[in-house]
Amino acid sequence: MVAFKPESVSEALEITDLACRRGGRLLFDGLSARVAPGGALLLVGPNGTGKSSLLRLLAGLLPAAAGSVSFGGRRAFAGHDVALKPRQTLGAELAHWARLDGGLALVPGALAAMNLAPLADVPCRMLSSGQKRRAAIARVIAAGADLWLLDEPTAGLDTASAGLLATAMAAHRAAGGIVVAAVHGDIGLDGAAVLRLG
Amino acid sequence: MIWALFRRDVLMIARSPALWLPVMFFVLAAALFPFAVGPDARLLARIAPGIIWVSALLASLLPVETLLAPDVEDGTIDQLIARGIALELVCAARIAAHWLGFAVPLLAALPVAGVLLGLDAQTGLRLGLALLLGTPALASLAVVAAALTAGLKGGGALAGLIVLPLALPVLIFGVGSDVAGAFRLLAAASLVALAVGPFAAAAALKPE
Repeated sequence: MVAFKPESVSEALEITDLACRRGGRLLFDGLSARVAPGGALLLVGPNGTGKSSLLRLLAGLLPAAAGSVSFGGRRAFAGHDVALKPRQTLGAELAHWARLDGGLALVPGALAAMNLAPLADVPCRMLSSGQKRRAAIARVIAAGADLWLLDEPTAGLDTASAGLLATAMAAHRAAGGIVVAAVHGDIGLDGAAVLRLG
Repeated sequence: MIWALFRRDVLMIARSPALWLPVMFFVLAAALFPFAVGPDARLLARIAPGIIWVSALLASLLPVETLLAPDVEDGTIDQLIARGIALELVCAARIAAHWLGFAVPLLAALPVAGVLLGLDAQTGLRLGLALLLGTPALASLAVVAAALTAGLKGGGALAGLIVLPLALPVLIFGVGSDVAGAFRLLAAASLVALAVGPFAAAAALKPE
């Protein structure tokens, strides 16, 4: 098993009295949580209660209406949009993002972890939607970040790939990383705290 | 960091099927005028700088819908923000890549357009220098307009309406490049556009 060791096993993720407003509507407020290194947080709740917005807020993609998020390490985000250019090969895409993240060292391991190595030379437009989701997760793995922010990571994944994801998340947590995931149902995160929205 | 972004942007533009559109448009637009105005060589040579500048301005706007909108739609901008990469850097790299993608081929095609319009070598050379100084401003304005219209359907037409008035100073100093001091004013207009562009485009891209 490949270990995805974050560069610095850092501090905890602290969410304090967080509120989010979208289009004039208050999605949630007074949200607090603390996730220690090696921990995991599951965001659950019906559609439209702000799971994705909370993840985007943690990723720095949305401003908080009130409250604060404190985390010292690096973050990696996998949202609904896979951000893969159709004409580029999968390997080239992952290499591009890994270069921005500081190096190519983790790319082969990330490809192997999501069983994408045989697809590295395939242009992204030829990939199925499930394969694109796996690629987005591989990009998170290759980032070597301390905090993984995953929005419904098992959506569209087959059982085997969901198992690969669970293994990768376990390895990440074993190395002191944190996983925050918006989910419907079980994604194989043992001992995760649950934050209920809505 | 900016080098990695720039390299990627250049690669994306070079691989794009629309790479040759701006320069083809530029040459075709220049070729249309002799037919529209008539074969009066003196008249053509007199209005040639204006024709070439307007063609260059419109050519810079052709790829405006593919400059940033796909990156906003497919989550690329999200990925960049989540990495803590400043959008100003992203936009500066995009401006440089857009300039390389449209202005350099356009400068290479200038002799062709010059022959079609009956420009003499000296005027052609001065015009080339003016384009070299002025096209960075056009690239910057196009990226700002692309950022402002990124979320909109059919944003290309709106981008044109945004850029055309702002490009007036560049157009005026570019066409009047035989007047003393015009080159300096052109360079100044370009520098202002280049300095403001990345910040304006980044502000437009910031999630609300």
